Amino acid sequence: MASDSQQTSPSATEDVQATEDHEGFTKPQNEDARPDPLDLPDALEFEQTFKVYRGGTVGHEELGLDTDTLLAMYRNMLLQRRFEERSLQMYRKQKISGFLHLYIGQEAVSTGSVHSIDVGEDTIITAYRDHGIGLAMGMDPNVCMAELFGKKDGCSKGKGGSMHFFSKEKRLFGGHGIVGQHIPVGTGIAFAHKYRGDGKVCLTFFGDGAVGQGAMHEAANLAGLYDLPIVFVIENNEYAMGTAVHRAFADPDLCKQAVPYGMPASIVDGMDVFSVTKAMRDHVAMARENQPSFVEVRTYRYQGHSVSDPANYRTKDELEQKKGEDAIIRLKSYLVQHELSTNEALDDIDEEVKQQVLDAIDFAENSPLPDLEAIYEDVYSQKDYPFLA
Amino acid sequence: MAELQFREAIRAAMTEEMERDEDIFLIGEEVAEYDGAYKVSEGMLDQFGPKRVVDTPISENGFVGLGIGAAMNGLRPIVELMTWNFSFVAFDQILNNAAKIRYMSGGQFSFPIVFRGPNGAAGQLAATHNTSVESFYAHIPGIKVVSPSTPNDSKGLLKASIRDNDPVLFLESERMYGLKGEVSDEEDYILPIGKAHIVREGDAVTLVANGKDYYIALEVADRLAEDGHQAEVIDPRTIRPLDFDTIIASIKKTNRCVIIDESNPFASLSSEIAFQIQERAFDYLDAPVRRITAKDVPAPYAKNLMDYYMPQADDAYQACRDVMYL
Repeated sequence: MASDSQQTSPSATEDVQATEDHEGFTKPQNEDARPDPLDLPDALEFEQTFKVYRGGTVGHEELGLDTDTLLAMYRNMLLQRRFEERSLQMYRKQKISGFLHLYIGQEAVSTGSVHSIDVGEDTIITAYRDHGIGLAMGMDPNVCMAELFGKKDGCSKGKGGSMHFFSKEKRLFGGHGIVGQHIPVGTGIAFAHKYRGDGKVCLTFFGDGAVGQGAMHEAANLAGLYDLPIVFVIENNEYAMGTAVHRAFADPDLCKQAVPYGMPASIVDGMDVFSVTKAMRDHVAMARENQPSFVEVRTYRYQGHSVSDPANYRTKDELEQKKGEDAIIRLKSYLVQHELSTNEALDDIDEEVKQQVLDAIDFAENSPLPDLEAIYEDVYSQKDYPFLA
Repeated sequence: MAELQFREAIRAAMTEEMERDEDIFLIGEEVAEYDGAYKVSEGMLDQFGPKRVVDTPISENGFVGLGIGAAMNGLRPIVELMTWNFSFVAFDQILNNAAKIRYMSGGQFSFPIVFRGPNGAAGQLAATHNTSVESFYAHIPGIKVVSPSTPNDSKGLLKASIRDNDPVLFLESERMYGLKGEVSDEEDYILPIGKAHIVREGDAVTLVANGKDYYIALEVADRLAEDGHQAEVIDPRTIRPLDFDTIIASIKKTNRCVIIDESNPFASLSSEIAFQIQERAFDYLDAPVRRITAKDVPAPYAKNLMDYYMPQADDAYQACRDVMYL
């Protein structure tokens, strides 16, 4: 779509219908229907409005979230946080090695997104800061912690580690380590959904840093060209490693990256799980109609880029101010204020979650190391591949 | 059997497989409306329609990655690269995604995908359009690399590659697309991946060569035969996994080996074959392993320089005589 350069809003243009009329991905030549590129207008005008989902503007009733669901969301956001707090502790005790990128502060993004899709049917692919989304999708914290410990019972059999959580059952397609390079893969996952006509959508998550990679732009162009059922979710946590968004991008409003690819885009307050849920549901609905789109979620990570990063590039005041908008505390206050729960009951959930994480550590501790023979397994589907000795 | 051009044999393999399995589709630059940059996919858009024969923009990183994601989500893509020279802008997709996601996921996801297109030199195209990619890609655990030398082999090997559940890189040649040969038309004509072909039996020297160099090896074997020496010619057919057993068995018979390899010489296919021979058949060698490769420089433009850059039959012939101490 978006061949019409004078459109006002891509989702409202007529050529959406035109592309849906023909079955397939290859565009027809139909030279007769193509406007003469040399027939120039007096001026080329362009305008696109980006919807903004501010925090505190949506409540649970509008979203149709019942008390059980709200408490499950709260419990899961806490699970993500407590899991990672313990992960950091285990890293410092040298139980976990390699890179460990923590998601703490961003839990509303994973949780709200998961509540916009059909888990186990729709698909998600993300980058290396992947613990939160894995747990939000319902992955077992035991196998997740075992993966961090590099153990046999890990979700990837101890072969992936922190950056490479995968769950075929939950339809989490990873967990990827090279910035931006998984975004074309997300486009392909969505391509397969459309090819099969299965009605599923793919959420493709990446950080603000990935927006600078060519892979993102190639993927977005292909998704726009083929009208794929995909939502590109930019998790803008303000820093790509130590480089703030305004120091990396000529235009720091990253949602505008949707414009050249003919897509609608929104900005969301990522510190409010309800705003994220609402925005993601709207965008998933577009994807189900084969309208790809961008969502820029403004969020914040409390920890450094990885655990070895002291985050000297930001002030303590900035961090404290962001923590004041904490999504978990916000949800807790909301639940109490709306008399959906009590502080005591919610604190009890926290205690249960903390125990669940301790149990996960026990599980990981007690899981065996992978057998040495396993080094040759899972490289190929072929069982008798003749590796060089 | 029917006499087909190389390109027609490749097309026959794709067409037969796409008729058999709806999950297979072809994607790449100019594959549909243009009928293929080298006319390999001619007529396939008409037969299979715009859903299964998919034109892309010039965007290798994008559509190679797209193919990988589609394979991960259950389809069986054939991704055409206009040439392998253009694959390097998508190198990360092949190196880190196609080859490694299966491993990093503990075997949860499979990648039944074929990347195919012409490889190596195709004349006076200068340095960027004349790269032989065998050793770049065969270096990577997690993928397979297939290099057919004849129209018949290309059909049997491509059908095997499409049916394989692992990522296969299929190396063709611009210079060979027009070559004609007898091609099997039997249903399910499959040549196994990972098995070399002893094209010609002999006991004087083992010649190993793939792709265009296969024809140089045959020419050299003819000249040696005129001298009264029977060379054994082995076409590896698959670069990764390489069928070392067949090569080693031959060395044990001939005690001599000359490798013809169009790649630049350093850390190349010929290096690996020579290493394996010294490790597995050291005591059987009567002479050092020799190789004829492209020169250790970027491919030049000028005709005389380009001719000099490429492996030459005369040099291969002389190397064979040298290892036979003639």
